[in-house]
Order: sequence, then C-alpha cells, then structure tokens
Amino acid sequence: MITLLPETLEDLWEIFHHQPDYKPMAGGTDLLVRMGVDKKQPPALVCLEKIHDLKTIKKTRDGIRIGSGVTLTELLKNDLIQENLPILHTAISTLGSPLIRNMGTLGGNICTASPAGDTLPALYLLGARVTLYSDRGNRILPLDEFIQGPGRTLLADKEILGSILIPPGDRFNVHHFEKVGQRKALAIAVVSLAALLKVHGGVVEEARLAWGSVGPTIVRSREAEKALEGRKLTLTTLNHAADLARSAVSPISDVRASADYRRRVAGNLLLRLAV
Amino acid sequence: MQLNFELNGQPVTLFVDGAMRALDLLRERCGITGPKEGCGSGECGACAIWIDGVTKLSCLMLAAQLQGRTVTTIEGLAKDEPHPLQQFFVKKGAVQCGYCTPGMIMTAAELLTHEKMPDREMIRNAISGNICRCTGYHKIVDAVEDAAEAMQGLKP
Repeated sequence: MITLLPETLEDLWEIFHHQPDYKPMAGGTDLLVRMGVDKKQPPALVCLEKIHDLKTIKKTRDGIRIGSGVTLTELLKNDLIQENLPILHTAISTLGSPLIRNMGTLGGNICTASPAGDTLPALYLLGARVTLYSDRGNRILPLDEFIQGPGRTLLADKEILGSILIPPGDRFNVHHFEKVGQRKALAIAVVSLAALLKVHGGVVEEARLAWGSVGPTIVRSREAEKALEGRKLTLTTLNHAADLARSAVSPISDVRASADYRRRVAGNLLLRLAV
Repeated sequence: MQLNFELNGQPVTLFVDGAMRALDLLRERCGITGPKEGCGSGECGACAIWIDGVTKLSCLMLAAQLQGRTVTTIEGLAKDEPHPLQQFFVKKGAVQCGYCTPGMIMTAAELLTHEKMPDREMIRNAISGNICRCTGYHKIVDAVEDAAEAMQGLKP
C-alpha cells in the first residue's frame, strides 16, 4: 500500500490527480480499525495530518471555524471552544479515551458518519455547516444534509472535509449533553441526548433537542421541542415531551442494547432537564 | 518508502512497506519491545508511545506516519536512572504481569508533563484508555500520585 503524507492542499490535489484510488485518512482511529477487521487495504492512503491549513481554530464574523484536522484533545484544550461551545466541549470529553482523543479529529468523527458519533448531536443543534475542499473549489453544506446515513456522506471523489463552521448562535443558557454507555471510557453511545435551551423566568423560550444512536443518523424532534416551549421545566412537561421523543426515534437492537431499551432511555434522558 | 525519524534520541533511517503499522515497525524492525500489542484496536493502551511528546496508540498508526517525528517509547523515558514513575510502580506493587505497564507509564508520564500535582480523579481520567487486568487500578493510581509528589520534591 502506498502511504502519502502531503504537507499542503496543493500537494494533496496533485496526489488526487495521479492516484484515483486514494483514500483520505484523518486520525485513523476508525479507518485503521476497520481495515484490520476487513483485511482489505486501499491501494493508496493519503494521511491528512501534516496539512497545516486543516489544523486551525478561528473566530470570524461568520462564527467559529474549526479545521477538520484539529484533534479532539486540541479542541478540549481550546479556550474558544470551552467558552463559546460548552455543549460540544462536554460531548468531546466523552468520546473514546484520552489516547483516542489525542489522535482522532473532528473532521474524522463527522466523515465516519456513525449514528453514535459523539460530536454529532451537539453539532446538529449548533447549526454546524461543513466546507468541502477540492481542486475545483469549495462548497458549503449544512451538516444535517452532508450526513446521509450510517457511514454515508455527500463527500465526492477527490474532495475532503476542510473545515466546520459554527455560526454565532443565540444565547442558550442550558447546555446539556449526556451519553449512556456500557462504561465511562471507550464506550459507544447506547443513547445520547444533546439539549440547548433558552430559559427566562423559569419558562423555556426555545428548545433544541437531538439524540444519537437511536436512528440511522442524528434524530431531532420538533414535536418534543415544541412541547417544552412556553412551559416550565417540570417533570409533567418533560414527561409529555419524553413520550413524543420516544415516538420520534427509530432505534435498532444490537449487542449493546435492545431497540425497546433505547427508546425508553431516549425519553428518560429528557427528565434530567427538570429543575 | 524511506523513513527518517528520531527514536529515543537516536536518528533512524529505514525502508518500510507503507502498510506496516508503527507498532510492528518498532517491535520487529527496531528491536523496541516496550510497546505491546493488546487489543490492536485502540481500546487497551498497551501500545502507547509518544509522538512529538503526545501519547498515541502505535497499533493505530502506520509506520509512514512516523516520518520526521520524534518517537519516545518506555525504553527512552528513563534518563540516568529509572523515571520516578518506573520507581514507584515497582515500590507500590503497580506491576504484576507488566503487560500494560509500558503504555500505562507513557500515558501517566505525559499527564505529569502538563499537571505537576494531579488529583486521583485526574489520574484515573488520564489512564482511562489503558487497561490493566491484574494489579487493578488502585495501586497504579497510588504510584502515579507518589511519583508526582517525588518529582516535586515532596517525597523521598
């Protein structure tokens, strides 16, 4: 297998031109495990880790722009993320283990497009957009359009996910992320819930809710969100929203949990928002 | 491909197959047997090494990714005498079969470069990607705590 490590985007486009069978690799924590299981290697692997343009975090007028190659540990340590995007920070802190986070990247977590991708529920709620780079130019897509299903994205041939833009959002004062797994470290989410709420005078003005691991992609429930808006966060209100959430999700049964259990937990996680 | 990197302070030049894993390169071509293969999928931490001072899993890296990097394994951690972590792992009985020890110490040693006096919770979190099946984690956490104190001159 040919393994290449370009240092600039120009070098990358040059490689793509000559290596039509390339496979890009970010942190490698998913790809190399899968290659080991499948015992199948692509003829050429292009590691993106040395491309400096993919490794910056910047605050601009359009929001916070995160290079796809920034590692999860670098994100956890970054002040911009800690201060402005606490829900993403919490989600990342539950992903894998410190060693996995030293290697894995935000772009990689997105492109793997797992229904259990730990950063995804938070990114969906934050209205994240992805910029796809290629030698034909860049294109921008909303994240929820980019991700099509388990392992499926709109990434075209000879194109990479270059950066993730999180637009400046409204001021939410409840930032909640919780992941239920079989243990604390290195657990794949059985169910996760991300919630952003604007609460004033005890009343919910706006609610955004997204669940992971309960459908082919991240599930948002407008019905459950509406059931909270204009109301206080009491157990009665939340129980009603939880029922709506349970009918919105479409989980599968696997070695980790049954569909029934996931459906129940998806609703129950909302009850944690009670004040 | 031709690979140039620094291994435990020494420059290394090798010709390798681009599909080879960093772990296999170290063990089979460089005679460095500190990093172990446990799960081979990033869940046990036995293969942990430092790349430019950051702990990574050598089972999930290709040899090619070592190009131009500084690689440190347990063999390169000790200077004139064993690293305080190595000394306290022995003193505290934090080593039994020893299979997890090199990875565990590399992870803990990186923690001690950022956090001079980590509390037990921080130590537990830092080593949460390293699995030990025989001594258990209590003695390991004790050893890391004592090594941190010794490095700050608070313990003999």
